[in-house]
Amino acid sequence: MLTAVLLFLPLAAALLLLLTKGATARALALGASLIEFGLAVYTAFAFKNSGAAGFDLNYSWIPSAGINFHLGLDGLSLLLVLLTTFLVPLILLSAFKRDFDNPTAFYALVLFMQTGLLGVFTSLDAFLFYFFWEVALIPIYFLAGAWGGERRVAITLKFFLYTVVGSLLMLAGFVYLYLQTGPAAGSLAAHSSELSAFYSLKLSAAEQSWLFWLIFAAFAVKMPIFPFHTWQPDTYTDAPAPATMLLSGIMLKMGIYGTMRWLLPVVPLGVSQWQKPVIILSVIGIIYGAIIAIRQRDVKRLIAYSSLSHVGLMAAGVFSLTATGLQGTVVQMLAHGVNVVGMFFIADAIERRTGTRYIPDLGGLTRRTPVLSVCFLVMLLSTVALPLTGGFVGEFLLLAGVYQYNAWVGAVAGLTIIFSAVYLLRMFQRVMLGPDSAFSETITDLTGSELLVLVPLIALVFWIGLFPNSFLHLAEPAVASILEVVARGR
Amino acid sequence: MTSIILLSVFGIVNLFLGFLRSNKVLLPGAMLLLLAVFGANYADWNSEPASYFNHMLVVDHYTVAFTGIVLLTAIVLLPFSRSYVVSGEPNLAEYYALLLFSLVGAIMMIGYDHLLMLFVGIEILSISMYVLAGSSKRDSRSNEAALKYFLMGAFATGILLFGVALLYGATGTFALSQLAAAVAAPANASLQPMLYIGILMMIIGIGFKVSAAPFHFWTPDVYEGTPTFFTAFMSTVVKTAGFAAFLKLLAVALPAAQGFWMPTIQAMCALTLLLGNVGAAAQDSPKRMLAYSSVSHAGYLLIGLVASKGVLKGEAASAIFFYSLAYSIATVASFGVLKLVNDHRQNDSYAGLNGLGRTNPLLAFVMTVAMLSLAGIPLTGGFFGKFFLLAAAVGQGYIGLVVFAVIMSMVGLYYYLRPLIAMYLRPADENATPVPVDGIQSATLVVLALLTIILGIAPGFLSGLL
Repeated sequence: MLTAVLLFLPLAAALLLLLTKGATARALALGASLIEFGLAVYTAFAFKNSGAAGFDLNYSWIPSAGINFHLGLDGLSLLLVLLTTFLVPLILLSAFKRDFDNPTAFYALVLFMQTGLLGVFTSLDAFLFYFFWEVALIPIYFLAGAWGGERRVAITLKFFLYTVVGSLLMLAGFVYLYLQTGPAAGSLAAHSSELSAFYSLKLSAAEQSWLFWLIFAAFAVKMPIFPFHTWQPDTYTDAPAPATMLLSGIMLKMGIYGTMRWLLPVVPLGVSQWQKPVIILSVIGIIYGAIIAIRQRDVKRLIAYSSLSHVGLMAAGVFSLTATGLQGTVVQMLAHGVNVVGMFFIADAIERRTGTRYIPDLGGLTRRTPVLSVCFLVMLLSTVALPLTGGFVGEFLLLAGVYQYNAWVGAVAGLTIIFSAVYLLRMFQRVMLGPDSAFSETITDLTGSELLVLVPLIALVFWIGLFPNSFLHLAEPAVASILEVVARGR
Repeated sequence: MTSIILLSVFGIVNLFLGFLRSNKVLLPGAMLLLLAVFGANYADWNSEPASYFNHMLVVDHYTVAFTGIVLLTAIVLLPFSRSYVVSGEPNLAEYYALLLFSLVGAIMMIGYDHLLMLFVGIEILSISMYVLAGSSKRDSRSNEAALKYFLMGAFATGILLFGVALLYGATGTFALSQLAAAVAAPANASLQPMLYIGILMMIIGIGFKVSAAPFHFWTPDVYEGTPTFFTAFMSTVVKTAGFAAFLKLLAVALPAAQGFWMPTIQAMCALTLLLGNVGAAAQDSPKRMLAYSSVSHAGYLLIGLVASKGVLKGEAASAIFFYSLAYSIATVASFGVLKLVNDHRQNDSYAGLNGLGRTNPLLAFVMTVAMLSLAGIPLTGGFFGKFFLLAAAVGQGYIGLVVFAVIMSMVGLYYYLRPLIAMYLRPADENATPVPVDGIQSATLVVLALLTIILGIAPGFLSGLL
């Protein structure tokens, strides 16, 4: 029951929101998302950690086709639910300062999307998963399209086509798997789309080989890993800041989560066939993203490419198929979510004050904005993976995992830390320090409400960095059970 | 059966209502009559399957279910004829009467058990449509549409009738059950070629009515010229009835000739998907896009015919039923919005929809739901329609066709997004005023959007109906 409330509360709030206007809508949206976060925290305390899914909720959804409305939470799902419910209030809060038309629709769409995201992270039925996967996509299309920058029409169309084509391929894969379950009877009701039914399928290596790409297409686009990433920098740059935070902070995790839950254990033989190419692609993405980031002169674009680089490492960690790598991915999903949301928030704060994101136009901002500088630096150093920050724990485990897979690949992947230090510190130096610019005298420091967004983020950065075990112990049994299914299938 | 009788009587009643010289009575009148017929049809659901007119017409679950779609479509469509009421259209009573009569034809096409009944049904439906296509007498495009539709339709009817005759020649019967037996065990093997030519001609005739490629070429021009209200009727009722008839013909009468019609239908299906989707992507007016999109939906429904493999009961028939319902609802919604916007803005290119999200959020929302449903995005009935069809086809092993259909629906995404882009992402003209929508129209649109979403969230209660 708790799971259902958790899932549908944002949706109900979104519908309610449409009846209200202005400040009421704003307060209602924030209130609902905070209650939602409270619920998620309560769930985390009530959660009994074992490998299996808890908080099970299973209704027959389409009986004539054997499809169930099946939700459940294990440690992995729970962490992502926590991340989502934690970030959404902050993202809503970050939109308060923005001056845009029809804010009611904006907040309603964000809440609507939250339901989609939570559905993705808790579904235990393939069609339900696909259903929520697409549900999460519709609001972001409108969020990015309606409130975005100048080139929004072309860019959101590209984004939408990319992701939907990926999703359709995944659906085709799921339908194939679904028809392999149960007896080969004529009726659809004889089949099952349960995750567990998919796990126990015995498929030949050849089948798994192409199924791998059908299913992986959707995840690869959404993360995105090289070379499926071409929508990402444009969309991140042109979408309004809150939408970018949703995309990079949470939506990207759908891809990684999907890979862990719906790809590795379902087609383990396909994974072992394609493990090497995918890891190589990921490592190319790491280096490629980093090198391009060095050349960027737009703050948002730089962060977008940096995110591409960091996602590459997460993908490599997942495909290393080691417990360390997967654990690292889980922690890094949280840390990256927090970091990237913080970075985009700060980039947006600077842009709102100066009207530009162009790095050469900025400079010498730090004198008038000590608080902003400190916050920026913390977020930045966590992204660079400085010890004691969340980024460090994640990247360390990831690199250790990739190293276990292959020392050379690990060494190349490790370059990400050096590169990100290069481009991020350079950006900091140019924007915050450096020679004075037109804005150095006029810029104002962070306001209280902006700190309300950043302080929780910073707190979490240090929490993950100092006490990673509070998250690792949640992820451990889930990761172990995923790897066990993978090992059984190989 | 009650529904046929009621519709015929009500059609005449409607003509008499026309004598009152007050259009205001007509719309609520026709609406009430249709609701009564819908109720009567529903009452038939629980009764035993019955046969009428010397076993020429059968009323069973299949007939009742598809009749339900057709009647529902007509009911939700009627409110959009308001502009005729307001403008004092002199022939409104005749239009409504023709609509009611055409529904009789549609029901006969759905419930036929005898080829002559099928033919009579098709003709009743088609002749009404020829007239309605030209109902905008002072518009030359409407005249052209009517003439084109009539000439092509008459031609197709001739072919269909010829096919029926050849089938009779080869088997000696018009009754579906006897046809099936005669096709399975022919008394005279030398008549086999005649049988096959007959089947082919019937496929061509019905293929024309449901606008399946390569017999779809009339569709865009006729849809464009016909007044939008009747276009919506044409693209939903005619298609639903046509496919119900098509499925019955193949599954009840001709399962034994499957080796012959299966490759034909498959080829038609692939071609229809290709021409419909690629054609729609190339259009510059939403109305023509919807015309081509209706061709592409004929392609998806043809997948259902392929997957049926000559079985009337079961997954494929249910899938066709569900798809027709979801398609009809979404199509009525999109044509409804389009009609309201075009009546007001007088611009039938995509630019006519610009900024609708700002001036009329409700219309834009309904249009969005309809487009997402036609594109097959989850949360809408269209998604499950496609899902059931494709799953049935995969279950029967037609992987290649399904892969092609999936690729084609990716093309579909492109053109179904264009109205959305216009409505939300492009600014309206500076002097654009909100499109006037009255209470019953907005209520209908909301109902249509809700139905689409309900079908997309809880398809279970209808998916296993047949």
